[in-house]
Amino acid sequence: MNGTNDKRNGLRRVPAALAAAALLAGIAGGTALAAEKVLRATMHADVRTVDPFWTTQTIAGIHGMMVYDTLFSSDHNLKAQPQMVESWTVSPDRLTYTFVLRLGLKFHDGSPVTSKDVVASMNRWGKRDGAGKQLFGYTASLTAKDDKTFEWKLKEPYGLVIDTLAKTGTSIPFVMREKEAMVDPMQQIQEIIGSGPFAFKRDEWVPGSKTVYVKFKDYAPRKEPASGHAGGKVVKVDRVEFVWLPDPQTAQSALVAGEIDYLENPQPDFLPILESTPGIKIESHPAMGTMGIVQLNHLHPPFNNVKARQAMYYILNNADYLNTIAANKDLQRLCFSYFGCGVEMETDAGSEAYKAAKDYKKAEALFKEAGYNGEPITILHATDHQYINPANQVMIQQLRKAGFLKLDVQAMDWGSVVARRAKKEAPAQGGWNIFITGTTVLSSSTPITHVSIGMGCEKAWFGWPCDAKLEELRKAWAFAPDSAKRKEIAIELSKRAYEQVPYVSFGQWVNPVAYRADRISGVLPVPSVPPMWNIEKK
Amino acid sequence: MTAYVIRRLLATIPVMAVVALFVFFLLHLTPGDPAAVIAGDDASPAEVEGVRRKLGLDRPMWEQFAIYTWNLLRGDLGTSIFSNLPVLTLVRQRLEPSLVLAVSTLVIAVVFAIPMGVVAAWKARTAVDRIVMAFSVMGFAMPVFLIGYMLIYIFAIELRWLPVQGYRPLAQGIVGTARSIVLPAFALGMVYMALIARITRASMLEVLSEDYIRTAHAKGVATTGVLLRHALKNAAVPIVTVIGIGLALLISGVVLTETVFNIPGLGRLTVDAILKRDYPIIQGLIILFAGVKVLVNLMIDLSYTWLDPRIRY
Repeated sequence: MNGTNDKRNGLRRVPAALAAAALLAGIAGGTALAAEKVLRATMHADVRTVDPFWTTQTIAGIHGMMVYDTLFSSDHNLKAQPQMVESWTVSPDRLTYTFVLRLGLKFHDGSPVTSKDVVASMNRWGKRDGAGKQLFGYTASLTAKDDKTFEWKLKEPYGLVIDTLAKTGTSIPFVMREKEAMVDPMQQIQEIIGSGPFAFKRDEWVPGSKTVYVKFKDYAPRKEPASGHAGGKVVKVDRVEFVWLPDPQTAQSALVAGEIDYLENPQPDFLPILESTPGIKIESHPAMGTMGIVQLNHLHPPFNNVKARQAMYYILNNADYLNTIAANKDLQRLCFSYFGCGVEMETDAGSEAYKAAKDYKKAEALFKEAGYNGEPITILHATDHQYINPANQVMIQQLRKAGFLKLDVQAMDWGSVVARRAKKEAPAQGGWNIFITGTTVLSSSTPITHVSIGMGCEKAWFGWPCDAKLEELRKAWAFAPDSAKRKEIAIELSKRAYEQVPYVSFGQWVNPVAYRADRISGVLPVPSVPPMWNIEKK
Repeated sequence: MTAYVIRRLLATIPVMAVVALFVFFLLHLTPGDPAAVIAGDDASPAEVEGVRRKLGLDRPMWEQFAIYTWNLLRGDLGTSIFSNLPVLTLVRQRLEPSLVLAVSTLVIAVVFAIPMGVVAAWKARTAVDRIVMAFSVMGFAMPVFLIGYMLIYIFAIELRWLPVQGYRPLAQGIVGTARSIVLPAFALGMVYMALIARITRASMLEVLSEDYIRTAHAKGVATTGVLLRHALKNAAVPIVTVIGIGLALLISGVVLTETVFNIPGLGRLTVDAILKRDYPIIQGLIILFAGVKVLVNLMIDLSYTWLDPRIRY
């Protein structure tokens, strides 16, 4: 009898013992985690590629900014500031730049950063990045003078050397070890060893789920306070985990429940929920955001004729897109600047026709002048994209409402659009007339980094716009000696762009970041690539 | 029996060959271009072409197929175009969450659904039966993401009992794994519960009208004994078939559940790869899933002999 009771008691004790063990395991785990400060962030995309030159995707730039360092950086006001560079001189003829690196710069494997690493890295970056290619087009030589000094000689006094090296829109000119920098930029590098404030943990990387970085203890930050991407990159946590949450609803729930500390790109629909949650802060930068682009194909009728392109101004209505994509008026910017609003080069010069009331009769007349005779206009409609899909629906409705255009709307995923847009054939032979895309305000903030405004014919972006005068103005802007002259040229450029219509913009909207202000502080709001240094976890 | 198993295993070879051939050509004929995705939005057409050349995607289709087949025969599923990691490594990373989710879902579904189906059949055309069937219809009708969001709102946001998202590996403790898997397993289990309950009910109803059940009742066997020992075992073949098919489906991925609860499983790996046109991952996974389906089917067939001794191979 006693034995049975003992057995029963023993059985009763099993769940209790299991629960106690589990509790202890949980406490032990919790203690280990409490000792380590972990910042958990959900970015706009998942880190799937770890070579930041091999792909120009922004997420690769964010990863790069964690692991690698840059020669120069942009501060909060988007002004170039030295980062790895201690000092530099420019010759009076503005053709020779001599740079000296800071002392104490080390890669994550302990080896020192030398000028040879810088030269090899810049050469690799210059083969992939648009602004980099431009800079190397005017480069006579780039040589390492000694371990800490390198010299950049130009063929012409190109005015954007420092600005280009400080760019924080992808691809960013990161400094790698010479060994990796010598790899063909069309091929991925194998080892991710930078000299940035965080080291990449390849063994914990699960593409499509989690990317882990740890504090690089030997990183020597600058003495200046952090500002934008410039100043001291002081790391105040032990570990950063990028947790990829593909579902926006789950991402916002995870932030509300405190499972993540930082959400880079909350969906506009969820912002009211986040704003009303105690402890959550929403923050943005004036140049933060996206600009919508209606890309027209300049190779085929009707948009090979400038009249048809200009006619689009009388049909498309900016506000409709913004009300659909970002209904909150605080997030919208009815922007008519080709270079974005809230940036130094902002100008709406030449936009009168687009700003005017919509006039379908005028549009029809212009299409007629362009020789349009009811041929189908092929639209590549990406149905799986957060803002491109609704923007397409608005555009199709506006074009239908005009009443005289015949549309051939082809629904597909974004992956198919990116393949199809590269086809130069006529729409009936597998080509296209219109597709919708977007760019960041930061990328479009200068005529050089703004790829879509380029009208370099064969060398131009998809749609292949062609205008020698506009290209001359872009070049003149790059050679302008000062900011005032650049602004002057930007106004001329804007007028020319509105006349030639490389594409039609549909406004600007802000993508703020959201974070747990009750748990973290020191978040640096910057456009495009958000820094994880300076963030302190309570 | 052994001869049958060997015969069935050998028959998988042509099946897998056809799957490999079909997958390769289907993927390469589908519009889309990984090179364009890699090069990014700001890349010029020439740069896209450069990436394509480096990836070997500019080679003739037959040449690409020959390389793919040769690698497959050597057991090499290839390397992801984007992450540059071997497909097998990616599969290994995702296998545990997928298996744990699949098994937990099925356990939850079976534990609830079979008793529900048995009781519904036993009390056929009564209020109990109607309640079970109403639940079953609801399980089918409600989309899994909706159930998922509701569970997250109640148990993770309001009550704070369970995490919103994420998967804790078994190596970090079974309690953490259980906590992370319980909501997705319930969300996903609803539809399987509904399916298994309906099949159990239908199968039991058929068996309960058999003569030997009446005989068992006449001999004074208790209702529980009749239901479980006599009826359920004889009704088990279709139920096991449904459970087996469910297991194969669950392992090959349940994208919505994995997405809503951020479970890094094989389903999401597949869909992400399709959206990015990461051909080696898609090809590798479909071959793998085909293999799983074939093996699970074989196991189901073999289980019939145990459930019903009249079945012989």
